[in-house]
Amino acid sequence: MATTLAKAADGTESATHAARIDHVSKSFAGPAGQQLVLDDITLDVAPGEFVTLLGASGCGKSTLLNLVAGLDRPSAGEIATDGRPALMFQEHALFPWLTAGKNIELALKLRGMPKAERRERAEELLELVRLKGAYGKRVHELSGGMRQRVALARALAQESNLLLMDEPFAALDAITRDVLHDELTRIWRETQVSVLFVTHNVREAVRLAQRVVLLSSRPGRIAREWTVGIPHPRRIEDTAVAELSVEITEELRGEIRRHGQH
Amino acid sequence: MASTDSTTVAKDGSDLAGLEAGLDALETRQTLRTPFRQTFVQKILPPLLAVALVLAVWQALVSFKIVDDPTKLPAPSAVWDVVETAWLQGELLGYIWTSVSRGLLGFCFALLIGTPLGLIVARVKFIRAAIGPILSGLQSLPSVAWVPPAVIWLGLNNSMMYAVILLGAVPSIANGLVSGVDQVPPLFLRAGRTLGATGLKGTWHIVLPAALPGYVAGLKQGWAFSWRSLMAAEIIASFPDLGVGLGQLLENGRNASDMAMVFEAILLILIVGIAIDLLIFSPLERWVLRSRGLLVKS
Repeated sequence: MATTLAKAADGTESATHAARIDHVSKSFAGPAGQQLVLDDITLDVAPGEFVTLLGASGCGKSTLLNLVAGLDRPSAGEIATDGRPALMFQEHALFPWLTAGKNIELALKLRGMPKAERRERAEELLELVRLKGAYGKRVHELSGGMRQRVALARALAQESNLLLMDEPFAALDAITRDVLHDELTRIWRETQVSVLFVTHNVREAVRLAQRVVLLSSRPGRIAREWTVGIPHPRRIEDTAVAELSVEITEELRGEIRRHGQH
Repeated sequence: MASTDSTTVAKDGSDLAGLEAGLDALETRQTLRTPFRQTFVQKILPPLLAVALVLAVWQALVSFKIVDDPTKLPAPSAVWDVVETAWLQGELLGYIWTSVSRGLLGFCFALLIGTPLGLIVARVKFIRAAIGPILSGLQSLPSVAWVPPAVIWLGLNNSMMYAVILLGAVPSIANGLVSGVDQVPPLFLRAGRTLGATGLKGTWHIVLPAALPGYVAGLKQGWAFSWRSLMAAEIIASFPDLGVGLGQLLENGRNASDMAMVFEAILLILIVGIAIDLLIFSPLERWVLRSRGLLVKS
């Protein structure tokens, strides 16, 4: 059950963790009885930290993200977050009956912002994702990259301390994805939001994160962690990014190979 | 050192902005309005030609004396004369208005009942299991079947007409909303929940707008059912005190063995039904679909 981290007694001190995942396991009813998907995951995300969760298909990384988002409950263990996290999906999940601006305003409205302030804040958020002038655009009039940027603006509108991202750029072409990596890095540094980013793309993980967490598959366990010290701005073709990617890929391949042996 | 660093960042930032603007421009599709000429040739001309063809065949049947009996098939001109006379006597609009006002008012009642009913059936599992099948079954019951019981229950009056319209239209409207709600992508519901739209807020902000296309399709069908039910009621339960609507006009024509009047009534019923659909429901449907990018231009 996701709970809000207790703040200090005087209420002024901010939480020491954006998310705290404490010995969390999750199993689903499968054809062969209960199937363990996540096994004893313990992971903290510090305020302002950027963490990527990396793993092959079936490692339960999206399941873990759903648990942190509060869309599902863990079978064992505790998850605590600092407020309700914002969540961004692989599909933009924008509402097609609203314009780009109104999508953002709905998020503002649902967190209780008065009507008079919404329009201005929505315009600010669109400017933050460099979509000034897209306020009145319908979702179908935007390109894939623009839709994901509006979705990012909508997620940021929640003013959450934690942004969960479930392979948000996986469906985009390589150039657009690369541009959005730069944008996300810029926005993360500007807003100081904590990010938990799920991906199966090693280079993406290394390019973006301060910390890369590798999950093994079936059941998902934390296999290894790397701290990425490469300074920003990073590029996908940087030697340092490439070298660390090679190392992590080797490890990931080893994890996948294990499944073929029995 | 620090200044060099910040300029690199700034330069990098503006590069990125330019690159992004380029990508956006390349990937955004331009939607052009179809010129009127093209719409006319593709959409308006074909049905006009079809109507002209029907009229030509009709006239030919009469002119070449293939059907040589005005009590079976009156000439188009004879039907036109009847319509013109009714117009000149100021009765034509009266017939139409009697029926249309009944039909639209009945439809509005059906809307008020069908919408909450559909929402409850769609969202409450037990109620869905209980009355869902009955509701879809009712759609296949011809609404003319309701006329005799409605006359017995309510007598020969306007309430009976509205009752028949309701029984015809409410199931269509409710079923439209149910199928609209069923087709809401689960992703929208999840996205809504992460934004904090749960319970009634979720229904109002996410479920209802997402279900709008199915709902509008239900409204369209509901209108067709309203109109049909009303005509059935007017034909069977024609009573002078109720005022002469199009159904009564048809029945009067039959009683007077006036085939031109019968044709006049049938044509008016058809034209009014189509006109309401073209003027109200089709534009509404197109607007809903177009604003969501669901209307693909061929």
